[in-house]
Amino acid sequence: MSEGHSTYTPKTGIERWFDARMPLPRLVYDSFVAYPVPRNLNYMWTFGGILSIMLVAQILTGIVLAMHYTSDTNLAFDSVEKIMRDVNSGWLLRYLHSNGASFFFVAVYIHIFRGLFYGSYKAPRELLWILGCIIYLLMMATGFMGYVLPWGQMSFWGATVITGFFSAIPLVGNWIQQLLLGGFAVDDPTLNRFFALHYLLPFMIAGVVVLHIWALHVVGQSNPTGIEVKSKTDTVAFTPYATIKDAFGMIVFLFVFAYFVFYLPNYLGHPDNYTVANPLKTPAHIVPEWYFLPFYAILRAITFNIGPINSKLGGVLCMFGAIAMLFLVPWLDTSKVRSAVYRPWYKLFFWLFVADAILLGWLGSQPAEGAYVFMAQMATLFYFAFFLIIMPVLGLIETPRRLPNSITEAVLEKNKGGSGHPAGATAAPETKG
Amino acid sequence: MKKILTSLALLGLLVAGTAAMAAEEQNAAAPTHFPINEPKEMSWSFAGPFGTYDKAQLQRGLKVYKEVCSACHSMNLVAFRTLEGLGYSEAQIKTLAAGYTIHDGPNDAGDMFDRPGKPSDHFPAPFPNEQAAASANGGAAPPDMSLLAKARGVERGFPRFIFDIFTQYAQGGPDYIHSLLTGYDQTPPAGMVIPEGTHYNPYFMSGVSLKMPKPLSDGQVTYDDGSPQTVDQYARDVSAFLMFAAEPHLEDRKKTGFRVMVFLLLFGALVYMTKRRVWADVAH
Repeated sequence: MSEGHSTYTPKTGIERWFDARMPLPRLVYDSFVAYPVPRNLNYMWTFGGILSIMLVAQILTGIVLAMHYTSDTNLAFDSVEKIMRDVNSGWLLRYLHSNGASFFFVAVYIHIFRGLFYGSYKAPRELLWILGCIIYLLMMATGFMGYVLPWGQMSFWGATVITGFFSAIPLVGNWIQQLLLGGFAVDDPTLNRFFALHYLLPFMIAGVVVLHIWALHVVGQSNPTGIEVKSKTDTVAFTPYATIKDAFGMIVFLFVFAYFVFYLPNYLGHPDNYTVANPLKTPAHIVPEWYFLPFYAILRAITFNIGPINSKLGGVLCMFGAIAMLFLVPWLDTSKVRSAVYRPWYKLFFWLFVADAILLGWLGSQPAEGAYVFMAQMATLFYFAFFLIIMPVLGLIETPRRLPNSITEAVLEKNKGGSGHPAGATAAPETKG
Repeated sequence: MKKILTSLALLGLLVAGTAAMAAEEQNAAAPTHFPINEPKEMSWSFAGPFGTYDKAQLQRGLKVYKEVCSACHSMNLVAFRTLEGLGYSEAQIKTLAAGYTIHDGPNDAGDMFDRPGKPSDHFPAPFPNEQAAASANGGAAPPDMSLLAKARGVERGFPRFIFDIFTQYAQGGPDYIHSLLTGYDQTPPAGMVIPEGTHYNPYFMSGVSLKMPKPLSDGQVTYDDGSPQTVDQYARDVSAFLMFAAEPHLEDRKKTGFRVMVFLLLFGALVYMTKRRVWADVAH
């Protein structure tokens, strides 16, 4: 994005006028038209764009919902039902927003796993990765607070359980918990501050997204080979190449999203949240939203005291530690090779880690009893071992496969072995005209 | 790809192993997991991508609610005007609403007064407050029925919850209500302790028995469209009606959904072809 690389030439009078005063068209042109992207990006790289539209969609539907919502414990539940029944297309807005939160997380998890698979966090992209982790943290806070707003049973009890974690922290725990709640229990002050924060945080996310994209445009995108861009032939222009590919990725994603919104709008929610919050009646199983389940499983896996750390604090530490691992990944991975494509052992452990995360998610939805506890403990152990042992050790002992010299070479090799079309040659007949 | 499959298979084994371990021997007289029997899956007109409400069924369901359920259960969130979705005309709804007495006020003189209902009124509750409802019903207030069909649902468990995505199973609520209403009259297993003042029902999701006695019996509600006047039919009709009460815009949602899906398919196909064209001369 630096001035020196700009290829923008204003063509009309208005463009020249702007360019001399505030070169916004130049910024847009350099960032989203001429910006070079590696030519070998696969569809896993469309999730950045997908996340952007999900953020915008959440903010837009959220603002309209906020016009009809009342953050008073006596009125909140009914105001949501008023949206569902009486507001024009209110049911659509609310289902878009509640399922939108879930699909925001679907996209962010794919985005994060993509980064882990292709080593996107490695130098010089550590800061880019950390900014992404911050966005993820902010998303979790936003998602959690948003789930409290409808003031159903799970809203209330989820909030009670999650804010209860903070009381486990020594010395300042109770103070933090009371600050979050605005009192000693989840009540009107809690709902009001959660609503205010739920409205604020997405704009903070948007701010960090700007930094995330800024950092991305300084270091450039990584790619499936993990080899840095070396020459002009390694890249194509953002527009039309990445734009059209992103657009297709977005439509496919929106298709799945729409399937849930219109046909299974309550599949990802909990029936108990259609019962108004009742502080005197605890639900049989308190479960958080699905996207917190792996961390919830880790929290509950710690059923034993470790020296001075009791099981409650231990669980909380492990849960926050599980997220903290992500921040440390750029320094935990010792491998000189970025992409798992050239790391057979890492690839295996990566997929085991994915399976482990899914298993933890499932365990988080089950009652913490009997065999489930042991399973959760083993899965938690593997979760941490993946980051703290496998990642650093594997980088030192693993022999990577031979790396191609450049992206272009990798693409040519692949095409020779695959469809047999030399680079730059005519496309397959069926794609012509 | 092979590795993905291997790891997924491994995961499958792990999960199956746990499930087997977790399925402890259930003692019939002292069950630990509820409901004892899973809800029966019924066929509903509103299921699936093109589902619509059966208006005649909803009208029958409303009749069951009015004549039976409403004696104890409120339906606070549903306005009379919503019943247009049952196929009633505006005039019919005015008449229906006028049949109810609504406590309103204060008037100009500061007095509360009773007046006939209007279409914008909601169904009046049978009890003035929750405490009154609880004390008249053995200590537990009967739940409000506006959202009951969405507020109840028995956990589907692995792997059924995966299949549910593809079969679009979203009728857990009505299935549960129907099963519960038809699940009375069964003899509890020998040795099971049924607390006094409660009624055994193996379909109840939070215990062996519930406070509500068997609410429906054959011939209790008179149908004028020739439908069978059986508990099973009443239960189906009122469950369908409660689904409508909980989700009055369901038909709208599915209709809009179909248009959105068709649009996204066509748009996606066009964008995909454009993408192929754009990338045609670049190996990638």
